Amino acid sequence: MDIKHAKEYIYWLYYQYLLITCCYVLEPWEQSMFHTIFITVFAMVVYTAYVFIPIHIHLAFEFFSQLFGDQCESTVAIMN
Amino acid sequence: MGSYNYLGFAETGANVLKTVADELQHYGTGVCSSRQEMGNLDKHVELENLVARFLDVEAAMVFGMGFATNSMNIPALVGKGCLILSDELNHTSLVLGARLSGATIRVFKHNNMQSLEKLLRDAIACGQPRSHRAWKKILILVEGIYSMEGSIVRLPEIVALKKRYKAYLYLDEAHSIGAVGPTGRGIVEYFGMNPEDVDVLMGTFTKSFGAAGGYIAGKKELVDFLRTHSHSAVYATSMCPPVAEQIIRAMKCVMGLDGTTQGLQRVRQLGENTRYFRRRLHEMGFIIYGNDDSPVVPLLLYMPGKIGAFSRHMLDKNIGVVVVGFPATPITESRARFCVSASHTREMLDTVLNALDELGDFLQLKYSRHSRSSRPELYDETSFELED
Repeated sequence: MDIKHAKEYIYWLYYQYLLITCCYVLEPWEQSMFHTIFITVFAMVVYTAYVFIPIHIHLAFEFFSQLFGDQCESTVAIMN
Repeated sequence: MGSYNYLGFAETGANVLKTVADELQHYGTGVCSSRQEMGNLDKHVELENLVARFLDVEAAMVFGMGFATNSMNIPALVGKGCLILSDELNHTSLVLGARLSGATIRVFKHNNMQSLEKLLRDAIACGQPRSHRAWKKILILVEGIYSMEGSIVRLPEIVALKKRYKAYLYLDEAHSIGAVGPTGRGIVEYFGMNPEDVDVLMGTFTKSFGAAGGYIAGKKELVDFLRTHSHSAVYATSMCPPVAEQIIRAMKCVMGLDGTTQGLQRVRQLGENTRYFRRRLHEMGFIIYGNDDSPVVPLLLYMPGKIGAFSRHMLDKNIGVVVVGFPATPITESRARFCVSASHTREMLDTVLNALDELGDFLQLKYSRHSRSSRPELYDETSFELED
């Protein structure tokens, strides 16, 4: 019963996706083409996010800490 | 829920249509001639007198086709050197008639009186485009109920503007004749105004009277002018006699001349059905356009992908609906248009409303952000009029 419930829910989600992207009106072969392109683009986005976001966040953190760190040191120097 | 059968006269019972069958035997099916040549039958004269009496005007003229009534008579009334001010959302027949006439056309925003007044003032102050002479005529084209929005025209304000700036008013009552007003006489009665204030009253018999054809009514000079100068009168075949008899039967029923109160009951039933349907749809959380009293109920679907899905699911439940998309409406505002009828019973409306409820949850159509409560008295805003 739960599996059936889950399957129906997933089918409903797939139906909503078809409606929102207007794939509902396309022919079956046009739908397959759209699905292929969409999944390819989505996979590329996920891969890029997985590979590059941690490195970029690390670099940005270093850049900003260096900026504020330098500022503190310079004010200390002037006061002396 | 999609037919224009507002008063339920599109019935098929044999004894109801007895007079129509008699006329069919007597006159035959078609006239095969234009009004001016040989096509002027006594049925047409009887029908025209009845229409004039129904609308409380001096005279009327009937034509075989509703679309042609608009597109062929506007060129007869205005020409080059005249100005036409037409509403944004006018029907194609009005737009075609305006373009065929050769007059200058300016469009004002839908039901927006400030826009119309600004256009009128500019037109009178500046005159014709290059020569700056005064316009020969200024004609305002509006419809009684707009078929895609369900909104009702602001007639009192337009008549006040028309009188102040000395323009003429052409009112197309295709959907509103028979459907609004306490006794079904249309928009003019709904607002309690004098029919003499509107210069040209036009309407069709397709919607509320279950027949075909159109009429133009107004002062006697106007109708006599149109009898000689209209394209439809000279070239188009006249209305066929069985259809004329159906209109006579329906109109006599609405006016109460056949001795029963059935006509008035139908008009009241239509009003009740309209209010009930709109109230329930609003409570369920759908977005609907239009005035509370108009029997045309557009339900917004917004996504073009949902148009086909909505129509097919409703057909699976044995309910036929009309769905509208681009180019009749803006592409992002596709809608399903319901036409409430006097022959719908409460059970039929409840069936449709339950199906809509289910379908609204399945297709995610309940876009309204109002919090849904079961008591309607809590709402203070009861109509979503398309106002700019």
